[in-house]
Parts: sequence; structure tokens; C-alpha cells
Amino acid sequence: MRVRLRWSKQGKIRFCGHRDAARIWERAVRRAGLPVAYSQGFSPRPRISFGLALATGQESVAEYLDVDLRASGEELYDWAAGMPERLSAVLPDGMTVHDACPLRPGAVSLQEAVTSCTWEFALTKTDTALAAAWVEQVRSADSLPLQRERKGRTTTSDVRSAVGDLHILDASDRSVLVAELGTKPRAVRPAEFLHLIAPPLAAGCVRRLHQWITRDGERYEPLAPEAGALAPGGDVLAAASIDAVPAAQQEVCA
Amino acid sequence: MRSLWPDLEPLLDQVQRPARYIGGEEGAVAAAHGPGKVAWLLCYPDSYEVGLPNQGLQILYEILNERGDATAERAYAPWGDLEALMRRQGLPLFSVDTHLAAGEFDILAFNLSSELVYTNVLNLIDLAGVAVRSADRSGDDLLVGAGGHCAFNPEPLADFVDFFVLGDGEEVVGEITEAVVAHRAGGRREVLGALAGVDGVYVPAAYRVSYCGSSTVVTPRWVEAPDVVEKRTIPSLGDWPYPKRQLVPLTEVVHDRLNVEVFRGCTRGCRFCQAGMITRPVRERPAEQVRTMVSEGLRRTGYDEVALTSLSTADFSGIEQLVADVVGPEDGAGGAGCPAVTVSLPSLRVDAFTVGIAAELQRARRTGLTFAPEAGSWRLRQVINKLISAEDLDAAVEGAFSQGWRRVKLYFLVGLPTETDEDVLGIAALARRCVELGRRHVRGASVTVSVGGFVPKPQTPFQWFGQNTVEELRRKIALLADDLRADRSVRLKWHDPEATLVEGLASRGDRRLGAVIEDVWRSGGTFQEWSEHFDYRLWLDAMERHGLSVEDCAYRHRSDSEALPWDHLSAGLHKDFLWQDWQDALAESGLEDCRWTPCYDCGACTGYGIEHVVASATPPAGGSQGTGQDLLRPGPVPVRLLETRQPAGVS
Ligand code: SF4
Repeated sequence: MRVRLRWSKQGKIRFCGHRDAARIWERAVRRAGLPVAYSQGFSPRPRISFGLALATGQESVAEYLDVDLRASGEELYDWAAGMPERLSAVLPDGMTVHDACPLRPGAVSLQEAVTSCTWEFALTKTDTALAAAWVEQVRSADSLPLQRERKGRTTTSDVRSAVGDLHILDASDRSVLVAELGTKPRAVRPAEFLHLIAPPLAAGCVRRLHQWITRDGERYEPLAPEAGALAPGGDVLAAASIDAVPAAQQEVCA
Repeated sequence: MRSLWPDLEPLLDQVQRPARYIGGEEGAVAAAHGPGKVAWLLCYPDSYEVGLPNQGLQILYEILNERGDATAERAYAPWGDLEALMRRQGLPLFSVDTHLAAGEFDILAFNLSSELVYTNVLNLIDLAGVAVRSADRSGDDLLVGAGGHCAFNPEPLADFVDFFVLGDGEEVVGEITEAVVAHRAGGRREVLGALAGVDGVYVPAAYRVSYCGSSTVVTPRWVEAPDVVEKRTIPSLGDWPYPKRQLVPLTEVVHDRLNVEVFRGCTRGCRFCQAGMITRPVRERPAEQVRTMVSEGLRRTGYDEVALTSLSTADFSGIEQLVADVVGPEDGAGGAGCPAVTVSLPSLRVDAFTVGIAAELQRARRTGLTFAPEAGSWRLRQVINKLISAEDLDAAVEGAFSQGWRRVKLYFLVGLPTETDEDVLGIAALARRCVELGRRHVRGASVTVSVGGFVPKPQTPFQWFGQNTVEELRRKIALLADDLRADRSVRLKWHDPEATLVEGLASRGDRRLGAVIEDVWRSGGTFQEWSEHFDYRLWLDAMERHGLSVEDCAYRHRSDSEALPWDHLSAGLHKDFLWQDWQDALAESGLEDCRWTPCYDCGACTGYGIEHVVASATPPAGGSQGTGQDLLRPGPVPVRLLETRQPAGVS
């Protein structure tokens, strides 16, 4: 049976890439002694499916992954309940598991299901007024052409519809830009977003705050019951969204 | 002490593979610095990916951090992109553990496992913020030390490194720490004098060098310095179950797996092999301790692969049982809750490799299988004393293919003493023979032939041999490539002959080579062991500028009568033993393994009052070494047998 986890990646560990993180996870599930299922074949690996890759150098408080356990029923719930603590204990500094829920059989995979992500861009080095003007330009643009290269061919597409809500949150010590960027049909990457309007916006650390699944006009996090999470009595949505979320984010969620 | 992390962090967004600079590996120690403690910065002079798995460095890291009077952190060579940024911002070499500047440490200690890292050593000393030449450092400046295999002829680095350690480091790092604590109030000269008096420590400044004719004579000029520095040897590996907490990197590195050293030393007596000569005698780890280290290591790290390391793991007493135990019960429930543990035996001798081992390895996942016949003919294998008969090789290769391997890798050297074109072409014939054997068992059987150029090493019987010229090596490789052109099942790979020459220069060079190394470094020649950075021209130009001849340094045969630049440093081996072995080589006469036959009094045991430590005094199955001789004839063999039941090892 499949269990979905939400985890975070912050601090020095942000410099580990997606492949590095995958390796860390394989060792962590073994060290945590979980009854993890293995792939078949010549070189069996723990069955873990990762969601949308996070680029090297980016932080996240909303990473998700699905892991297959050789357990079901009550046992599965017990394992899931213990996973945040067991896994966090064996993961390196900066990687923490916050929630774990069994998934309804047939739940859509993260790669397929997630439709947008909320990102936070640190604006420490940028004049806030400059950033505000840049954001205003993006907001009022009718089209936002994005040039991308793939297999040596350059294509241009209008990503206006993929750029959602934009906010600048000003605090005394730091300002951040919060942006929701779509992932379908192709994700607008944070680095691409900053270059949508020239001159590009200068930003420091980039952090993923949320991943969203939008269906029939409603937005869910990947650990919501609507996304397939099974909670044995208890509000999964609430559990999935509160802790470890920076203060700046609450407004965005509300 | 201030962490450089805040300065470093913004740079890491601009470089390749930043994870190699962050530290935080499982097993890393939060170093507790303190007044009175000796702070060591253990540095591997190559990239993190290559350096992190180095077991020697990890062992010393743990041993030092367990001491009350020492603390140790690690550093690796920053890649060129980060180095450029660091130099622009004035950031020095830093430790990956707590990101302290190198200057905050007392000792900067290098592990030297290859001669091609020498320019990196200079670069790192410079990046650490001190003068590269020892003579220009003073007062509280870092003490620069080095150990590892290259320390058995450290003369090319003698002007840059304050002290070298010969042999096993486990005990001596403690003695060095104590000497520094006791003498640092007395100043740099007093500390160095004290170090020169520690067994196994060589302080180049304490010696005078004179050159007469082709001889290089190194004699003490300080009273503290012995005439000959003898290497250190730990008598029993079982007393040192390290690393206890092998580092688990957060990013991809070479040999990314659990490594457990099953024995140290090797007396097979391959004449080209410096590692075998300088690490005698054989000291096996008790099998029980190996099992404990494997099972605890797998549980702690989460790895699903373990390498049982040594110079020739198939020689370990009871290896088949050990591999079977590690692979786990037949039903497949392997150690760390995963379906199977992969076992790799990095150095397999074909004559000790049996179908039994092949079957056990095969039950776990298959990793590549490499055999090293080293030479293409029996005649030449007798010269180099790699006594593997054609039958041994056939049996091993057939064993591997019959157990389901589809590809076997064979490693050879070209440029060996007395080598003829016939010997070189023998490599191709041997490869073809292996493919033929393989086809009897699997479809698409293939063989990869990997060819390295032979570099004669100090403290071996071949130390007198003039190495093949670059042109000669090229010619031989071309001969081989030509012969194999039509064979699609044989893949040929070879090492750059130009790099082989430079390795040879540094390997047997004397102190005068230091100026060349400095020149190459100053011209930007770092990371020379990376083919994309290796710059042959820099080396040749520097040699010429300093009036040194390649012919003299590498190509000429040396004579019995000349003093060698490393004669004042000893791996225990008597020079007349080595000379006799060299003469035997030229006479195509092999020498049996002294683990299973009477002692030749090479000096490695007899000189230090130690013995082989093995669990069984019989050679492994099929281990006749191809000589057809009776290895069990009586005679005094200095062997200490391990008890069969050992107390659980890892404490
Ligand atoms: S002293 Fe004797 S037993 Fe020891 S390594 Fe040398 S030859 Fe072998």
C-alpha cells in the first residue's frame, strides 16, 4: 500500500540536488526499518515516487513523495503514523518529514496530479519599489512569452495563464515575493519566471511553499482527502498545512 | 573561531555540484575545538567525490576525534569554479565540517595516494593562506604533513611539506599530537625536531641532500633525526575496528557503499606492486569482527552494498563462508531490510577465485567483475611474479560466465621489464580466449581490456628499471589496438602514456623535482589526474627550465651501486632482498607467497618483530599460484593464527 509524505528541505541541504535527495531517501527508508516494497528485476530499489523535482539550491516546506509499503489495514496506519518521527531521525539535518498518510488505491500520482506550486523569492538585494514595479508589469501583461530550449530546438510559448497570484510581502528584516506558478502542460520554473519581463528580477533564495491540485475550480494540497489521502478520523487538510509554514505564508493561504 | 559559511553560501549558488562543500554527512563529527587541543585539518588533495570515500582519512578522522587532546575536520580540493570565486573574494581553504578557515588549524595533513595530485597539494597549501615552501613558513603557521603510499618517496614534495608519515597512521597520529602539545611552547623548530624523533615520521628539513653522479644521498643534519626512518606497522588489524562510523555522503561519490577492510598487507609478492611491498605483512581482521562491522555498518548507513576491501580479497581465510554470511540467508532477506545486499570484492585474484565465490556473489546482485592478469604471457607473469597460470585464468573466467556474468573486465600493464611484442599480443589472445570461454555459457559474452602503462615504484624490486618511453608505450598500445580491431566482443581502454610518464617522474624523482612541481602549479596545472586537465607540455617545459632530464629521471635503468633518493626511508624491505628479487625477475623466476611457504627474510616482519596474522595457514582453494610446487612443505613461517572464536569485534 502507498503512503504519501510531506517533507521539507531547508538550510545547507538545499544544495543537494534531486538525484542526491533520492539516494538519501533510499537509504533513509532502509535505516528507518520500514517494510518498504522493492522494485523487481536485476537491481531492486525501494519503490518511492518523487513529485516535481526541486532544483539544486532551492528550499521547500512542501515536498511530497509516495512510498510503497508491504503493509495494509491497521498496520499500515500504524506505520504511517510513526513515519514522520522515524524518518526525520535518520534524515540529514535540514530534511524533516511532517506528515504521512496512506493513499486510497488508485490515487493519481504526484507528477500527474499537481497543477501549480506556490513559490517564495527572497528579495533581500532588491529595492522593493523596483520589485513592485516588476510585479505590476507581470500582472498587467496580456501575454508572457517564454523561450525554452528542448533537444536543441527553441520554442516560444505564452505562459500568461500559468502565472497566478503574485504578492510582495514586506517585513522589516526581509521582503519576499510570493508567486503561484502552473505546472501544466509544462511547469514554469522559478528561474524562468524571474526572466519573464526584462530586466529580470534579482532574487535570492527560492523556496517552495505549496503544491496544489486544482480540480473543478477547487484547490487541494496533495495530502487532502480529495487528493486521495486516507485519514483514520481527523482533518488531514488541517494537519497538512499548518506546521513549519513561515509567517509570511499565512496570508497567502488565507 | 568564525565559520566561513555566510561568505561561502552565496558562492555555492554559482558553482557546479555545490553539495560537495556543505558537509553534514552521516558520521561527521561536530568537532570540539579548544585551547590545548591540536586541531588537524585532514585534506584529500582531489575533489570531494574522489576524496570522501578514502578510508585512511576516515580512520584517522575518527581516531583523532576520539582523543581528548585532538580534534579533526576534513577538507577537499575545491573544484576550479569555486576556487576562482574564493580567490576573488579572498576566502581561504575551509573545512567541510564546520567551515572553518584552514588557518584556524594546527596541522594541515594530506593523504597522498597518487603522484599526480602533487600540484594540488601546493595549491591547497597556498589556498590555506601560508607560504608553499616549508622554509618560508614560521611561528604559528600551519604545520603541513602528509602520509599515504607516496610518502615512501616524498622527496619531490620535501620542500613543501614539513613532515611525512610512513606506513600505518593509526598509532602515530596520536604520538604526533602529543609531540605538538609537549613542544609547541618551544617554537616551530622544536616541534619539528620532536616530530623528527617520532618513529615513522620523516622531517625533510632535518636532512641534507647531496648529489654525486647518479646517486642521491640524504643524511641527517639534526641530532633528533635517525639515519633511516622506518615505517609504522600496526601488528593487529583486529585492534583497530575503524571506521566505526563510515561517512555517508549526501551527494554522489566514487565507491558509494559500505567499505570494510578485511585485511591489510599482501605477500603475493607481485614485483610491480608498491602497495603490496610497503604494507607487509598480512594482517587479517578476525572474520567475526568483519561480520559485525558489515551488519552494523549496513544498519547504520542504509547502504545495500558492501565492499570487502584489501589488496587481494579472495585470499582472505574462509572467504567463501564470509561472503555467504554477508549475502545472507537463501530466502533473500538481506541485512538492512532490503531484499539483497550486494557484495563486491574489488581486488580478485583469479587463482583464488573459485566457483564457490562466484556463486555466492551471484546470489546477491551482480556487480562488474574485474580480474587483473597484468601480463599477457606466462613468461612475463613470472617476471612480474604474478603467478597466474593460463588454467587459473580460464577457470576463473569460466566460473564467472557460468554463474551468469556477461561481461568480465581484465586489467593489464604494458611497459613491464623484459616485455616483448609477443607478450603484448598475448593480451589480445587472452582476451579472445575469455570471450570464447564466455560464449559457452552466455550469449553476448564480452570482455573489456583495460591497459595501464607501467610506472616503476620506489621500495619495489622494479625500482631500478627504466620505464618505457611515451613513444614505446604508444607503439605497444597501437599494436594491441590493431590486433583487436576486428573483435567486436573485446573493448580496449588504455591510460594516457603521457600521464604515465609524469607519474613516473614524480614517483622516483628527487628533491630537485620540487621546482618542477611548483612551476607546473604556478602555471595553472592543477587536477592533473583528470584527463581533461592534464597538461603534458607544462611538465616537459618545466623539466627543461630547471635543467632536468626525463631520460635521467625516468627512462634510464639504475644500477646496484647508486644511492636512491629514498634510501633513507624504509618500508622494512632490505635493499639486498629487493635487488635479489629484481635479479630473479630478470631470470624469469617466480617467488611464492611467504604466508604459506618459508620466510625469505625480506625484513617486513623480521625487522619489526611482527608476523603475519591469518586465520588459516593453507592457501585458498586452487592457490598453487600456478607454480605446481608443494606449498605445504615444512619450514619456519612467521604466522600468528587467529583464534577461530573471536570476541565480537566492534566496541
Ligand atoms: S619477513 Fe618473511 S614472512 Fe614477513 S613478509 Fe617478509 S618474507 Fe614474508
